[in-house]
Amino acid sequence: MKQTLLDRLIADRAAKRPVALITALEGGAQALIYPQGPSLGDGFAAPIEHAARQALADDQSGPIETEQGTVFIHVHNPPQRLVVVGAVHITQALAEIAALAGYGVTIIDPRRAFAQSARFPNITVSTAWPDDALRALKPDSHTAIVTLTHDPKIDDPALEVALKSEAFYIGSLGSTRTHAKRLQRLYDKGFTERDTARIHGPVGLDIGALSPAEIAISIIAEITKIRRALPSTKDQAA
Amino acid sequence: MTTEMEDILGTAANWRANGRQVALATVVTTWGSSPRPVGSQLVVDDKGAFLGSVSGGCIEGAVIEVAKDVMKSGTPKTLEFGVSNEQAWEVGLACGGKVRVFVERVE
Repeated sequence: MKQTLLDRLIADRAAKRPVALITALEGGAQALIYPQGPSLGDGFAAPIEHAARQALADDQSGPIETEQGTVFIHVHNPPQRLVVVGAVHITQALAEIAALAGYGVTIIDPRRAFAQSARFPNITVSTAWPDDALRALKPDSHTAIVTLTHDPKIDDPALEVALKSEAFYIGSLGSTRTHAKRLQRLYDKGFTERDTARIHGPVGLDIGALSPAEIAISIIAEITKIRRALPSTKDQAA
Repeated sequence: MTTEMEDILGTAANWRANGRQVALATVVTTWGSSPRPVGSQLVVDDKGAFLGSVSGGCIEGAVIEVAKDVMKSGTPKTLEFGVSNEQAWEVGLACGGKVRVFVERVE
């Protein structure tokens, strides 16, 4: 790979610009293909560039057979996102583990005593009200949302936005009893049982987790399980 | 905190900037129960220092040897690994899967 292409690829990833690196396995010709706009690097036939754009849309890397031989399409889409509502102790562990697993992490907590950036080095922390903050983040089908305050004033507004989004995972901390009360409040707001069935509560896989770090592991394990069950993300490396 | 891919691409750029010879290996196809998915990468320098993986540790040694040749010649190579015969055992995959790995020099 030419250094110029490598530097550009690193810059694109840092700027969260979707890009596909295509490589002719015979000869090693390479180019960067963007969803829109001009490509960079060596020239490839139009159908190959088209296939690369399709791969970007499908979020699916892989080889294709062409008249120029085998071409490998390496999709570099922005990372899956994890939005955590509640800058609590569990969040400190969850933010680190999630970043390690390749997620772009954002924390929302309007309580400034919790949302101190010193508690969350290198992580984006918003102190806006959860529904406004979450709406501004435009959660999509590549986003997981977890609420951890178990304070209805903070969690519920976030859940209401989450349930109206295409987030692939919604999880909410709280015992079975807490969760039942939460569901009732959401029904009162007009959400149906089918809507609220998307919420994983109590949050996380049942692995007997006790400490904040263990609970964080159970949450990221459950998110992983759901994400990898989705056809579009099955075979993608982080 | 950076993700695995940022680490590997960033390391490739850093090592190159420090004047080291560098190669990148990328999993381009998998069959069966291969341990690392398509797109997984490994960066290696001329001394054999490496970061990342293209398998569960089964073929990294062989990939690094080929990568050293690729660094010298500049000609990229595509390698296939899998347990298909006796000879392949040494650099085969214990899991029984098959992978195709593309090795290229960072210019």
